[in-house]
Amino acid sequence: MMLDIRDVKKEFDCQEVLRGISLQVEKGDVVAILGPSGSGKTTLLRCLNFLERADSGQIIFDGEKFDLHAASKADIARVRKKTAFVFQNYNLFLNKTVLQNVTLGLTVGARMKKQQAREIAVEALTRVGMADRLNSYPSQLSGGQQQRVAIARALATRPEIIYFDEPTSALDPELIGEVLSVMRQLAQDGMTMLVVTHEMDFARNVSNKVLFMADGAAVECGPSREFFEHPREERSRDFIRSILAARQ
Amino acid sequence: MNERLWNILLDSFPKLLGYGIRVTVPLTILSFSLALVIAVIVALIQYAQVKVLRQLCRFYIWIIRGTPLLVQLYIVFFGLPSLGIRLDAFPAAVLVFGFNEGAYMAETMRGALESVSRGQMEAGYCVGLNYVQVMAHVVLPQAFRTAFPALSNSMISMLKETSMAATITVMEMFRQAQVINGRVYESLGLYCEVAVIYLLFCTLLTWLQRACEKRLARNGGVRA
Repeated sequence: MMLDIRDVKKEFDCQEVLRGISLQVEKGDVVAILGPSGSGKTTLLRCLNFLERADSGQIIFDGEKFDLHAASKADIARVRKKTAFVFQNYNLFLNKTVLQNVTLGLTVGARMKKQQAREIAVEALTRVGMADRLNSYPSQLSGGQQQRVAIARALATRPEIIYFDEPTSALDPELIGEVLSVMRQLAQDGMTMLVVTHEMDFARNVSNKVLFMADGAAVECGPSREFFEHPREERSRDFIRSILAARQ
Repeated sequence: MNERLWNILLDSFPKLLGYGIRVTVPLTILSFSLALVIAVIVALIQYAQVKVLRQLCRFYIWIIRGTPLLVQLYIVFFGLPSLGIRLDAFPAAVLVFGFNEGAYMAETMRGALESVSRGQMEAGYCVGLNYVQVMAHVVLPQAFRTAFPALSNSMISMLKETSMAATITVMEMFRQAQVINGRVYESLGLYCEVAVIYLLFCTLLTWLQRACEKRLARNGGVRA
């Protein structure tokens, strides 16, 4: 197993946001994390990358154990090296060009030679179809383009897993498709991904596992097809029904 | 305008301009550089919420902003010698102007730092940068861009405030006007003349500011 997430708990102001979430992720898994808003999906993802400090919980990453509450700075750096994060609102570096956005982590963070970093960046940007905009600034790009650059930035650090936090929720409807198709391609290439999303088609057709959360608890976790065709829990059924109803 | 006054003004103009270029401008540049260094350090300490130092910074800002610049000049130049700290007039002026404007600019920089979205920091961490690297490559450059107009403002006020150095015997442009006036008694003409030269310098600074802002806007702008 590549990533074993164990019993993650988090409170904000005495409100339990995560009530002990566990999840097993195999290499190549694409896990869709679903659930109504406020169910703790984003917080879970942020805790895994130490953007938020969990109150308790561990992850076992490639057999190495990390405490989500008490991890040292060095441990945090090690975990972040293995992972990448794609944000809902892209968070591209506004003062950097597309190319610099992708190379910064390599040249400054990993002290790579400029030329080598550039080659990796161009390759990553080619994968997301943004290699023709190397010298543009984020403010000159559409939301969909910015998110694709953000995905390239994530890819360039050669992560073992990429966390996506609602990657299409801030996009205009007509721009969602281009981002999803990049993500679908990544999934086909075998990238391990944890995706918090409201895109049911993606969850159903691209992800192979679903974690369904409600009120900070894991309600159901299993293969995507099973979740959508034979949901075990009442809350899962309600959720799927409400999504289908909203679409009609 | 009579011929005598005209001749006095023509005579004194190159002299005053010379003092402006040789003294007022370097005094401004040195003081501003000092102020900028202080401002960035003080702003960063507050931004990073370093415990004891943070209180110290608030104290510094409180003292400086709460007392007149003229009084500060007098304390440093005329007061400190009784404690055995004797400074020449010019370095004393640089020190006072630097620490004075530094307090205001620190607040400008702090505001600019806080206006940079939290997500920029997080994105930096997630691509493997540490705190110092994210600050240096992402947050500070954006904060400078935001602060630029206000910092330019500070520089323009500082250029004019250097005339106060005349009160602690720095032979700068305004002091020179006073000296010439002492000889010829043409207060209105001479002080207006020196005012025009300050105006000239400030106009140049304004042009420079506009050119720099255009350049900054070309390089991606501040906000998406």
